[in-house]
Amino acid sequence: MNRYAKDFPILGQQVNGNPLVYLDSSATSQKPFQVIEAVETYYKQYNSNVHRGVHTLGSRATDAYEGAREKVRRLINAESTQEIVYTRGTTTALNIVASSYACPRLGEGDEILISPSEHHSNLIPWQQVAKKTGAALKYFTLEPDGTLDLEKAKQAINERTRLVAIAQVSNVLGTIFPVKELAKAVHDRGGVIVVDGAQSVPHMKVDVRELDCDFLAFSGHKMAGPTGIGVLYGKKELLEAMEPVEFGGEMIDHVDLYESTWKELPWKFEGGTPLIAGAVGLGAAVDYLEQVGMDTVAEHDRKLAAYAVKRMEEVEGLNIYGPREDRMGIVTFNIEGVHPHDVATVLDAEGIAVRAGHHCCQPLMRWMEVAATARASFYLYNDEADIDRLVQGLQKTKEYFGNVLR
Amino acid sequence: MSLDDLYRRVIMDHYQQPRNRGKMEDGAVTVDLNNPTCGDRISVQMRIKDDTIEEAKFLGEGCSISLASASMMTEAVKGLSVDQALHLVDLFSRMMQGEEVDTDEFPLEDIEALQGVANFPARIKCATLAWKALEKGAGESGERLDSP
Repeated sequence: MNRYAKDFPILGQQVNGNPLVYLDSSATSQKPFQVIEAVETYYKQYNSNVHRGVHTLGSRATDAYEGAREKVRRLINAESTQEIVYTRGTTTALNIVASSYACPRLGEGDEILISPSEHHSNLIPWQQVAKKTGAALKYFTLEPDGTLDLEKAKQAINERTRLVAIAQVSNVLGTIFPVKELAKAVHDRGGVIVVDGAQSVPHMKVDVRELDCDFLAFSGHKMAGPTGIGVLYGKKELLEAMEPVEFGGEMIDHVDLYESTWKELPWKFEGGTPLIAGAVGLGAAVDYLEQVGMDTVAEHDRKLAAYAVKRMEEVEGLNIYGPREDRMGIVTFNIEGVHPHDVATVLDAEGIAVRAGHHCCQPLMRWMEVAATARASFYLYNDEADIDRLVQGLQKTKEYFGNVLR
Repeated sequence: MSLDDLYRRVIMDHYQQPRNRGKMEDGAVTVDLNNPTCGDRISVQMRIKDDTIEEAKFLGEGCSISLASASMMTEAVKGLSVDQALHLVDLFSRMMQGEEVDTDEFPLEDIEALQGVANFPARIKCATLAWKALEKGAGESGERLDSP
């Protein structure tokens, strides 16, 4: 166990008679006790609704809720907390941009440009926008190793391109996409860029002003925080020009019988009682990650990725997808002749948790010409010993299927 | 709960040498199902005449459990009436939920080998996919027969 693993109480258990090796952090990360305790303290000591009521608990809850927003602002270096909208997660954040920014602004003759490697949550909303508005949905061409050729990508961006949507890190290939350069290219043509940060914000320093991205979406639960809370960052002038998506309590300024006005940013996008405990937990997760240091987290991730690729390449008959170098800690693979579900089941019997399936990327699976894959993904609590266990498990999988299939 | 309970030899035999894998010409009931959480896909075809399933075939992509189960299912339903087939679907589904069922009721002994899947909750959907296709196909053909 490395020094961070001790902070994550779930990791100390046995699964199927073996010490748990959790290699599914891209699906959801584990939570340190600092986060679990922050949520518990909120419910035990100051559970109360926010932005209303004069009582003391209400003020404490509001302070914690808004305090977490400031932590998130600092983490991604946004200019103002008005640019930080709490959402249910990345999916909701991207859907807000699709329905409230894109739908009213795009039409026939316009183009939306995305990558075939996108997660369904950064793909289907744009299909819907295209259907509703008549805009054309276009795709970047991926190189055989799952990277983008920047020059070709820039050529794909033209004066009709109103919106580019791309993940900063692919949840399957581990590829780091050149978001900053793409942002410049799309801005030069007068469009906007929407960045899916679900796999990047938890694992590396992401600075929205340095990237100059227009929107950034990410989830709390993949960055050591609770499920059910996420963030939409948007440049203030863009968010200001957008209509709310949900209407009701919390998000209003003045309500008449036939007309209403909205609160200012970011609250006009936060109708209804929000996930206060989730925001408190997210704030604690940001504190935790910043204490470790995002550069340390990223360096750890890259080191593990490099070590995993090196060790897994030693396993005969194992194919690794995505770039060999310059990748984040997500390694997707297949063992020849063994279906990924079967791989995952044998590994699970060894106490090793990996994901198997299409990883919410069916178009990417078709591009890769596979029906499904297995995926190991790492976070700060993993270490090289975990990868050694994985490699042992993979050898065992091969032996096992070699025997039962004989 | 050992892996050998899941991957019984007879299952691996059906996986490696699937029975009834293929496509029928026209005149067959076809059901395409997929498991959206994992990407498994199956297409089951049945030729039903006078309320009897004369032949069943399947095509698909999936893991050892889903393909072996499809192979066994298509073998087991041949010659059964639609009602008998639907009864088997129910029996199989109860076995997957871990209920004690009379496995002698299965017309194909091999199916009993899938009993171990019940101990691997994540894999139950793999085993039941082909049976869900059978249920849908047989159910639809039954409706057609009922309606004048």
